[in-house]
Amino acid sequence: MPIPFPFSAIVAQEEMKRSLLIAAIDPSIGGVLVFGDRGTGKSTAIRGLAALLPKMQAADCTYHCDPEAGDDAVCADCRETRKHGGKVKSYKVTVPVVDLPLGATEDRVIGALDLERALTKGEKAFEPGLLARAHRGFLYIDEVNLLEDHLVDSLLDVAASGENLVEREGLSVRHPARFVLVGSGNPEEGELRPQLQDRFGLSVEVKTPGDLPTRMKVVRLRDEFERDPNAFVTKWKRKDGKVRRLIEKGREVLPEVVVPDKTLEEAGKLCIRLGTDGLRGELTLIRAARGLAALQGDTEVTVEHLKTIATSALRHRLRRDPLDESGSTSRVERALQEQFGE
Amino acid sequence: MSGSGPTPAVADGSGPVQQPTGAGPAPWDDAVLAAVLMTVDPAGTGGVCLRALPGPVRDQWLSIMRDLQPEGTPMRRVPLHVSDGRLLGGLDLAATLSAGRPVAERGLLVEADGGVIELAMAERIAPGTAARLTMAFDSGEVLLERDGLTMRTPSKFAVVALDEGVGEDEGLLNALLDRLAFHLELSDIRVHEAIACDYDVDDIIAARTRLRDVTIEEAQIETLCGIALALGIPSLRASIFAACVARAHAALEERAEVADEDMAVAGRLVLAPRATQLPPMEPPPDEPPPPEPEQEQDQDQNQSNEQQEPQELDDQILEATKAAIPAGLLAQLQMGKLRRSRSRATGKAGAMQNAPSRGRPAGVLRGEPRHGQRMNVVETLRAAAPWQRLRREERARVGQHSTRIEVRQDDFRITRFKHKSETTTIFMVDASGSSALHRLSEAKGAVELLLADCYVRRDKVALIAFRGKDAEILLPPTRSLVRAKRSLAGLPGGGGTPLAAGLDLGMLMADSIQRRGGTPVLILMTDGRANVARDGTGGRARAGEEATAAARAVRALEITSLMIDTSPRPRQEGRDLAQEMGAVYLPLPHADATSLNQAVRATTR
Repeated sequence: MPIPFPFSAIVAQEEMKRSLLIAAIDPSIGGVLVFGDRGTGKSTAIRGLAALLPKMQAADCTYHCDPEAGDDAVCADCRETRKHGGKVKSYKVTVPVVDLPLGATEDRVIGALDLERALTKGEKAFEPGLLARAHRGFLYIDEVNLLEDHLVDSLLDVAASGENLVEREGLSVRHPARFVLVGSGNPEEGELRPQLQDRFGLSVEVKTPGDLPTRMKVVRLRDEFERDPNAFVTKWKRKDGKVRRLIEKGREVLPEVVVPDKTLEEAGKLCIRLGTDGLRGELTLIRAARGLAALQGDTEVTVEHLKTIATSALRHRLRRDPLDESGSTSRVERALQEQFGE
Repeated sequence: MSGSGPTPAVADGSGPVQQPTGAGPAPWDDAVLAAVLMTVDPAGTGGVCLRALPGPVRDQWLSIMRDLQPEGTPMRRVPLHVSDGRLLGGLDLAATLSAGRPVAERGLLVEADGGVIELAMAERIAPGTAARLTMAFDSGEVLLERDGLTMRTPSKFAVVALDEGVGEDEGLLNALLDRLAFHLELSDIRVHEAIACDYDVDDIIAARTRLRDVTIEEAQIETLCGIALALGIPSLRASIFAACVARAHAALEERAEVADEDMAVAGRLVLAPRATQLPPMEPPPDEPPPPEPEQEQDQDQNQSNEQQEPQELDDQILEATKAAIPAGLLAQLQMGKLRRSRSRATGKAGAMQNAPSRGRPAGVLRGEPRHGQRMNVVETLRAAAPWQRLRREERARVGQHSTRIEVRQDDFRITRFKHKSETTTIFMVDASGSSALHRLSEAKGAVELLLADCYVRRDKVALIAFRGKDAEILLPPTRSLVRAKRSLAGLPGGGGTPLAAGLDLGMLMADSIQRRGGTPVLILMTDGRANVARDGTGGRARAGEEATAAARAVRALEITSLMIDTSPRPRQEGRDLAQEMGAVYLPLPHADATSLNQAVRATTR
């Protein structure tokens, strides 16, 4: 596998980096959608993040279940072992970051009969797919707007339920599949279906930096990396480690972060002002603000947190208003200004 | 546009840059140089977009490029409608069945590792295929999740995209174009100019070994970034490519450090073809003071005395780059920009849509042949084949012996089709007193002609009229020509011009059509003189403002639109309105019913 470009060496793009870190701290946020210009380091950031995530404790089973999880959130094997009073062995593994490449077939995504065993031994066995591999980790879809419709449908279903149900070739398998969906794409190449867009917790727009010093820095670092990837990664190891500790600390703090009523109220007001559909927007906004507070090491969610994260949490949930020519980003910003003044 | 365009005099005036001929290199020489540099650093430069029609010049370039490749370099050609199995790889069915275990087949992208991929008819490549290529580009590996196989194979290759597009609208997808360092245009090169190449394979191999040690200075990177910015190149990849190309050229010329000449080559070959604006003629002195140094680790000491030099260098390279921008390109760009970003992105009117049973075949899908979907027999049998042994054994266990091929429900494959989505033409007719009384009958005639045309093309039509205080839908989207004709004939005239209300209604309808997967086309017939505001009150100023805002919203939705100015003497306000809408403008006095019809056809084609 090629060496990924270090996450901490990515210049600018603060919103994207922040959103990915929040998703790493609180996977229940529901994934990150990164949309924007070509050549802005979308894929680079996600591959870089994968390389620095802290390891996790996983059970010794096909689905690397969480040993701490309740009986309903583990696979059949683990459940069976637990029922008989046995202790499931566990060990540290790296957090899976699974690529869902374009052109993937449904059987590989969802899981199907194991071809090898069927052919060589004449046995019927289930071979887990990408969704199983991504359990407790990240599922990354580059060019998510170009993904085949039928794949998107099965993905949505699993992402919503946290469980993958396979019924084919006379097999009936049910296994946990909780993952952070990370999608990236370029809006110029086709729009994303609104249903899928809504499923992502945070949505980030990336733009090419316009100022000379930033651009120079990008080119210089990239050039240095291309020439000697190994040396470059070693050089940035310490900074990557810092980011990792930030994530670890954020996860520790997260359960203690409290949301005061005042913040809840402001979040509600903001959503009403923007007319977002359903409660998903409000929930995500609060969750994201909590994740941000944890990332910054704070134990209380303030209005400042809310203001920082509101654009990422809400911009993809606005109803399209044909009478408003401005983009959804500026609509959220306008609402923020109206509500909080400046 | 105000930069008065690059004149040939500027091209000759690029004195400081040493060129053998003195008059700037010929386009052919640059094209060949691009082939050489691409071969020196295939992974760094990505490749070439070769814009030319098939012919001896293109053949000559391709044969030079092929001859430059060291022995054993894989060359693969990807056809336009390549299947995923062939492109990415998959299950080799024949080998799998004979071996009795899964055997993977390598895809073209993997086979081309370390070599060159030629993309045939690249201007028509589907976004999906392009995305598979760019994914392999970005990650340096081909990731396969197909047919029960998982493979991750490193593969680095260069792409030569053969772009046979004609005109501004046709061309390589931006996503792919952005990832190729060189954009060559061979159309203007004559056959006798296309001479052989001075470099050979040995030069390439030698340059490749030197490439790793070539260094590029901080100030030089700054120069390249600054020029990219001045030329209005948004993508950062351009600057990265420019640095790569400068290093490759230095390696080719046996230098260990990038020199001015290498920088000029990078500017000319990489940055110039991407320019979207001319740099300011006299660079204002207060423009590029880099707010340096932030936290530079190792180059602090020579920062101060270099401050002066890059500025000069900047100008030289900028001149050389500017000289390479073909005259007239910028005017073209300015005009073509809006259209290009729209049409290349979302497709033309009648964008492609998935459909169960009509249109062109577009891949197969697991599923049952229901609801009129067609089963793909070959693919179904392919899907069933690997499981035959297992199934027979299963049968044998329950005592049934059979030699027949066993196809089960899970094997069923259906063919998916794509067809052009339905176009709905929405006529918005201004039936107010000011415009209608003298011109309404003419407008009606034109609409009737258009209706006939829409009928022939099986388009739907809708009719919205606005007059007095409000706009109303006379006819919701329909295919019935008779109904359309009847409601048009019964259209009364007179009253004020509530233009904003008319536009709003048309836009709402267009938006709902878009949401249902159709393609709306707006045709607005008015004199552009709004005098009734949205709330029904009179007043030219406010009504005009509202109409402009509504027109901008139409543009934001990117709806194909046409505005027909029905006033007896077309005025500026009609033209302005069309521009705000992003619509094609057509004044009626120049348009009898027939030419009107042609204009609409051209817009909606």
